[in-house]
Amino acid sequence: MDESNIQVFINSVVHYFKQLNLDNVAVDTPYLLESGDPLAYDFTGIIGISGVRKGCVYFSCPKVMATNILICMGEIDSTDDDHCDMVGEVANTISGNARRDFGPEFLISVPVVVQGEPQRISLPKDARSIVIPIRWREHRAALVVCLK
Amino acid sequence: MKMLIVDDSKIIRQKIKRSHGMKEILVVGSAANGEEAVFIAKKTNPDVITMDLTMPKMDGLACIKEIVDIVPNALILVISALADKATAIEALKLGAHGFLCKPFTDFELADAIEQLVLETPHG
Repeated sequence: MDESNIQVFINSVVHYFKQLNLDNVAVDTPYLLESGDPLAYDFTGIIGISGVRKGCVYFSCPKVMATNILICMGEIDSTDDDHCDMVGEVANTISGNARRDFGPEFLISVPVVVQGEPQRISLPKDARSIVIPIRWREHRAALVVCLK
Repeated sequence: MKMLIVDDSKIIRQKIKRSHGMKEILVVGSAANGEEAVFIAKKTNPDVITMDLTMPKMDGLACIKEIVDIVPNALILVISALADKATAIEALKLGAHGFLCKPFTDFELADAIEQLVLETPHG
């Protein structure tokens, strides 16, 4: 994974939240996840990647942020099922948009959603995980890209 | 006109239902995967179908292949995150009439559906 690859995902994140019309979403400087343990908030949507790249891309955010994003999408009374749906859709959309740069052989799975329990996210051991931190209002979320 | 919405995300199905923007359209069904879509299309004979591509059980491309035989006059708008040209071209070759890339705004959705309905020559 080089810088230009990470920029593809940063661009996808910025575009995603701009299209949702969320105010002042910021992407902080990406960093390498050194511990090997997955970074996760309350809800995580994971996309498996195969084809020309192998690994996963996941979006994770706290419950309160998920609730507020859903309100902005017109879902006033959201449930945990809706939070799971939302993080899966965010991960799917950002990963799918990356095919514009990586091509049709960048194959994406349907989303797998994890509620809490970061130990349930298994990252490929032979690939580096890059965290793209996302800030919106007082909330913190992350897109994590772990690709060979 | 009758519309069928196909997407594995309930939030997206609801967003499309709320924001399609055409008074003439009545949503007659929604499906979370291709298999459900084929089943509902047989029962409801929709005029317009919005079709996600990445779905469990049966994906959108496989679903388009089946559904064009069941409802050959239906107008199919693919709404997908798969942003590469090759996928869009494949969907159009299989029988889709338009392609809208996720993420989309309410305006982009309404515009895409209006174009689909008003500008696509019917077979």
